[in-house]
Amino acid sequence: MTSNTPPGKGTRLDPWFGSYAQRAHKMRASEVRALFAVASRPEVVSLAGGMPNLADLPLDDIAELTAKVIATEGMTALQYGSGQGRPELRELILEVMKLEGIDAHPDDVVVTTGSQQALDLVTRIFINPGDVIVAEAPSYVGALSVFRSYEAEVEHVRLDADGLVPEELDETLTRLAAEGRTVKFLYTIPNFHNPAGVTLSLERRHQIIEICKRHHVVIVEDNPYGLLGFDREPMPAMRSFEDEGVIYLGSFSKTFAPGYRVGWAVAPHAVREKLVLAQESAILSPSHASQMAIEAYLSNHDWKQQIVDFRVMYKSRRDAMISALSEYLPDAQWNVPDGGFYVWVKLPPGLDSKTMLPRAVTGRVAYTPGTAFFYDGTGADHMRLSFCYPNEATIREGVRRLAAVISAEQESVEIFGTTPQLDDVTDIDVPGPDIA
Amino acid sequence: MSTTPHVVILAGGLSHERDVSLRSGRRVAEALRSAGVRVDLSDVDAGLIPRLQQTKPDLVWPLLHGASGEDGSLRDILELLDIPYLGTRPRESRVAWNKPVAKAVATAAGLNTPAYVTLPQSLFRELGAKSVMDAVVSKFGLPLVVKPARGGSALGVTVVEDAARLPQAFVDCFAYSELALIEKAVVGTEVAVSVVETASGIQALPPVEIVSDGPYDYDARYNPGRAQYFTPARLSDELTAAVQDAAIAAHRALGLRHISRTDLIIDDSGVIWFLEVNVAPGMTETSLLPQSILASGEHLSDVYLSWVHAVLDGEAESAPTDNKPVVVSDEVVGDEVVTDAIVTDAVVEESILGEAPDVEATVVDVTAVDVTAVDGSQPAAEPNASTSNTAPEDYMRGSELF
Repeated sequence: MTSNTPPGKGTRLDPWFGSYAQRAHKMRASEVRALFAVASRPEVVSLAGGMPNLADLPLDDIAELTAKVIATEGMTALQYGSGQGRPELRELILEVMKLEGIDAHPDDVVVTTGSQQALDLVTRIFINPGDVIVAEAPSYVGALSVFRSYEAEVEHVRLDADGLVPEELDETLTRLAAEGRTVKFLYTIPNFHNPAGVTLSLERRHQIIEICKRHHVVIVEDNPYGLLGFDREPMPAMRSFEDEGVIYLGSFSKTFAPGYRVGWAVAPHAVREKLVLAQESAILSPSHASQMAIEAYLSNHDWKQQIVDFRVMYKSRRDAMISALSEYLPDAQWNVPDGGFYVWVKLPPGLDSKTMLPRAVTGRVAYTPGTAFFYDGTGADHMRLSFCYPNEATIREGVRRLAAVISAEQESVEIFGTTPQLDDVTDIDVPGPDIA
Repeated sequence: MSTTPHVVILAGGLSHERDVSLRSGRRVAEALRSAGVRVDLSDVDAGLIPRLQQTKPDLVWPLLHGASGEDGSLRDILELLDIPYLGTRPRESRVAWNKPVAKAVATAAGLNTPAYVTLPQSLFRELGAKSVMDAVVSKFGLPLVVKPARGGSALGVTVVEDAARLPQAFVDCFAYSELALIEKAVVGTEVAVSVVETASGIQALPPVEIVSDGPYDYDARYNPGRAQYFTPARLSDELTAAVQDAAIAAHRALGLRHISRTDLIIDDSGVIWFLEVNVAPGMTETSLLPQSILASGEHLSDVYLSWVHAVLDGEAESAPTDNKPVVVSDEVVGDEVVTDAIVTDAVVEESILGEAPDVEATVVDVTAVDVTAVDGSQPAAEPNASTSNTAPEDYMRGSELF
């Protein structure tokens, strides 16, 4: 534990500082991330994270099923497996995807360590530094983090109440082509968007597939929330209309449990082959034990009814949040999502959600600043509120606290006449799992 | 005392610096455990008092950064429970935690501190933000530093080089604290000097010089790479002794106990400027106090263990209370909302713009110091101006360079 630093010689406290890849130098854990350390305390109402509510899961049943897997198939469950994932699970995943109209073959599926890893693999096999990825404005913070780590450029395209705006996508792709820039894929979250909460209309799904085909741009359809609609049956996935032009990403994290870290990708044949190779190079194989535990759950539990129960629970929480927003934050604007986990709030004029975050932490409430969801430093005038984890009473209390925070921040902003700031985007502000 | 003491490290809390505190706590716990100490890490929550009452540790080491940890309130609880703890007492913690008050005390002790003013947000509303900001810039010029009057880890701190950036700097600052400290920026060599009290007396550790790519902000402090550290600092022997003396002077003037870290800047003329002091210095992998220890060729585990034993054996007590230079009005200073702080008999107050202090004042007799107007921008202490009856001779020698 003694110093290796001779007197008078400086140190950066990292002997390997000069050895990192250039992109690693841009990764950092910012003060925003540090502020979220407080959000884990029970005194703080966290409306920040996207953690599902697991309290309604049949934990005793799951424990029994999991124990049985180890007891009866332990030699397999605890062993290495296929890089593509277990065939048994891939078969079951087809059943899940059928609910959104996807008709695929088990060979089309690659099991991954959460859909986050699928996103990483897709980016890894497609992106050279400087390549362009088109994404909605705003877009999922965890995806932006992956894209930055592979040194991609991200071009945002506006979305509205019906999701990504096709005309603007077409214009953007046309402009980028004219600029000689290489667009590799469109990243989109069509259902109950994170963070915007909106759902891409059926008509637009077809339009966007056509636009991307015309521009020879593959679509990465990220769909963790599609089965969590409140008032209607799931919308057909874009992958259900188009096999070759869509890479579909699915997950058990929101509809079952994120702790298993199991997601998947469905990709055209050649892409799938690359994904498997990339998967094997990254982690050899996804967790056998997790895959088999999920197989046991899907095979022995009424998982469809469980999802229905989740929908009812999340809808009630959504209602509590909207009700509280209406009562406490009449000067803000927000959407009313019909599924998923998030409400996207536009703050009263002048407020900057990132600047305000320390005041919120003092006020014992946490949210995710809008800047996390933009690649270009914008978004400070928005915040994402999650209604998935806290119960109705806690949500209400959180919004009440948030109103007091906003009121105090409004006074500060009025005094000094400031406006929302562009975020510093020179570095990669890696989100923690509690933020994503 | 048992040869294997039971130490409870308090880390976490609800402040903005919770993450830093947790890192500090884990780091110290690891070092003490490797020295054979029985260590429990504890957050500060509703179960803390019963836990302490039940386990009756030999010593509590508060490694809480930010409010409650550094403002003295949690240390008050430890006093109430009659549990020995490592670090500064509650009242003195309050003074040190309040940056403008600590600066006033440091100034009274003969240290230079950059000219400053302490302003609540409400005053900007009452007087008009533009008028106040214009007055500040007119008086101090640019660059200047806007920072929360209470807080750490550079959270909410902005070095303002362009007046157009000033409004945002205040909004950023007031998001952390109701009270802003606006300070004339001093450009120079930034050093941190840790002071420890052990069985062998008070000692300043080797200064750590910080060279940062850009501002020494949260990112630079806690992510290795952006800041470069030189330990000991690249200073002449004379200047090294002077900054160490300054840190000891601050430690004594503020009545600190056991450990502290003083942040200083040496300008191009060789003048040493006191910035602030920390009663719960960071102990993370990138923190400055541990770097000083390692630069001394010591093992962290040995040093931390020696501190624990020194406290338990009663060998690390600071000056007797009779000689304590600062008497604090608890009811005022302890209130986070209150914007004025009184250090003794209502003589240390804060105003919008500071003037030069009476440098003839002794270190102990702060009643003679009119800090209603505080400005340390002049050479603050001629060697013969400091007549403290608590300051050691080595401090007097170092003050020649001020």
